[in-house]
Amino acid sequence: MSRSRGRRLGAFVFLSPGLTYLLVLMLVPLVLVLGTSFFQRGRFGGVVYEFTTENFGRLVDPLYLGVLGDSVRIAVLTTLLALLIGYPTAYLIARLPRKWKTVALVAIVLPFWTNFIIRIYAWIMLLNGPGLVNSGLKLLGLGPYELLYNDGAIVVGLLYSYLPLMVLPLYAAIERLDPQLREASANLGASAFTTFRKVTLPLTVPGVLTGSLFVFVPSFGNFVIPEMLGGSKSIMVGNLIRNQFLKARDWPFGSTLALALIAVLVVLLVAQAWAARRG
Amino acid sequence: MLRIDGVTRRFGDVTALDAVSLEIEQGEFFALLGPSGCGKTTLLRIVAGFETPDAGSVTLDGDDLLAKPPNRRPISLMFQSYALFPHMTVAKNVAYGLERERLPRQEVKQRVEEVLETVGLTAHASRRPAQLSGGQRQRVALARSIVKRPRLLLLDEPLSALDKKVRADMQLELKRLQHEVGITFVVVTHDQEEAMSLADRIAVFDSGRVRQVDRPVELYERPRSPFVADFVGANNLFPGTVGGPADGDSGSAVLESDAFGPLPGTPPAELAAGARALLAVRPESVELVREEAAGSLRGSVLDVSFFGGVSHISVELPGRTKPVLVAVQGAGQVAAGAKVGVRWNARDAVIMAADE
Repeated sequence: MSRSRGRRLGAFVFLSPGLTYLLVLMLVPLVLVLGTSFFQRGRFGGVVYEFTTENFGRLVDPLYLGVLGDSVRIAVLTTLLALLIGYPTAYLIARLPRKWKTVALVAIVLPFWTNFIIRIYAWIMLLNGPGLVNSGLKLLGLGPYELLYNDGAIVVGLLYSYLPLMVLPLYAAIERLDPQLREASANLGASAFTTFRKVTLPLTVPGVLTGSLFVFVPSFGNFVIPEMLGGSKSIMVGNLIRNQFLKARDWPFGSTLALALIAVLVVLLVAQAWAARRG
Repeated sequence: MLRIDGVTRRFGDVTALDAVSLEIEQGEFFALLGPSGCGKTTLLRIVAGFETPDAGSVTLDGDDLLAKPPNRRPISLMFQSYALFPHMTVAKNVAYGLERERLPRQEVKQRVEEVLETVGLTAHASRRPAQLSGGQRQRVALARSIVKRPRLLLLDEPLSALDKKVRADMQLELKRLQHEVGITFVVVTHDQEEAMSLADRIAVFDSGRVRQVDRPVELYERPRSPFVADFVGANNLFPGTVGGPADGDSGSAVLESDAFGPLPGTPPAELAAGARALLAVRPESVELVREEAAGSLRGSVLDVSFFGGVSHISVELPGRTKPVLVAVQGAGQVAAGAKVGVRWNARDAVIMAADE
């Protein structure tokens, strides 16, 4: 056996678990979803295998476009807020002494050690009528406010859940930056703000893009947080898909919606890859 | 022009700078020379404003520099790593400092073009730093530093990232440029040859202290401490005590060496007879003679290395652990193992006080 063939075989052996995983749990379901989206819904649920493109026509129904639009709006708002809070946090951590850096990073990931659902429940306790936030406001003579079961609560929940996914890539990008670039900028007469605007920020754009994607993707398709913290009127595309599968029992349309969601995310990923390569 | 007075900087238990005082003149090419970790870069960073001294003052033409933030000091620093902005073109990098002064766009453009012309990078103006060679990056960094016409340019190991051939070219270029722009240059280097060939004056640093400030020739010919004698160029050192004057030569004296008896040399005026001292003699001042020649130390040749123009011959002397280094023109005429004598003139050997 030639050496290169042996090496290829070795690579195959090592890659096969991962490839099998991707094939069975990613590609096959994707093909199934794609296939199902072209069939019709059975009378009592299930799938009738007759070809149709009608499901795609339903996508442009103002009702569903509205849900898609709401989802984009909520996910974009969450991403922007995460960036606004995450960037200074990551910047601060990157400039801490080494010992404190580790402590801060552990603190950032620490919430992940508790069950996600439990943490969202905690937010219900915080935000509801007699909750901690309203009690606090009451001491100041304010409120009570309707903090729960609206879009704002969804944003708070998403932001809370996915902020670490913004901070970590930003931290990596800022940490990698040569501190002498900031010094060079100051030496050439730039104020701290100009240095940030002209040097630090442009050079950490890849981190900004990665972090934004990491927050946007799970926020956009999320259905647990809108279900628990959102009101009866707030419905996101994730809830819609879930409802099609589990409540309306319309698998073909659920599949079509899922494809639409995937399409939006693929467009974003491609855009991010393109931007990262140019930067 | 630049006056550094009693500057001290400690990092925890380490004293990086210990009451350093220096005065650098307008238009001078000044070098801070010393081994790595001697504090020279810390001093540079204090002058640029990236470090704050624990004590002492730094003034530029009488203005207190320490009171100003780094971006308000009329000083440019060329970083050892060059610290070019990777996301900007060469022209943008060079224009950066001028744009911060809010100069009219036309003037910025013109001055950038001029300085790129000076450093010979006009053709590369729209390249990114990653697309340049080491020598080209160094010139971009230099252009970016001088385009602001600073009163003082600090250079941190400016040539250390370049290979030997490019380095020699850039040394000449730096010197030419300094004449041309008339800016005061302060260069930090650990390379004594670089310091000697570039600078008008050199301050030799060791463990956070200035050991000697002198012009290159004086530094080489009249080192005032064992550290300087050993660090600047090659030297043969003999420990001993100061003896009386040598016969027939009023300016000279002998060093009563521990292992070889009296050796001829020239002491500084302040050394009293009987004091602990060190005699230093350069390899090129040592003469290789026949074994039985008068006034010579006897030994045997250990090794001959040929360097093209000169040869280095190491001679082992009984009673001395390090061999004596002798430099001769052309190829050496002796072979390893030959019995030889070494001697030198009193005026070519320096006697200095030993470290306490």
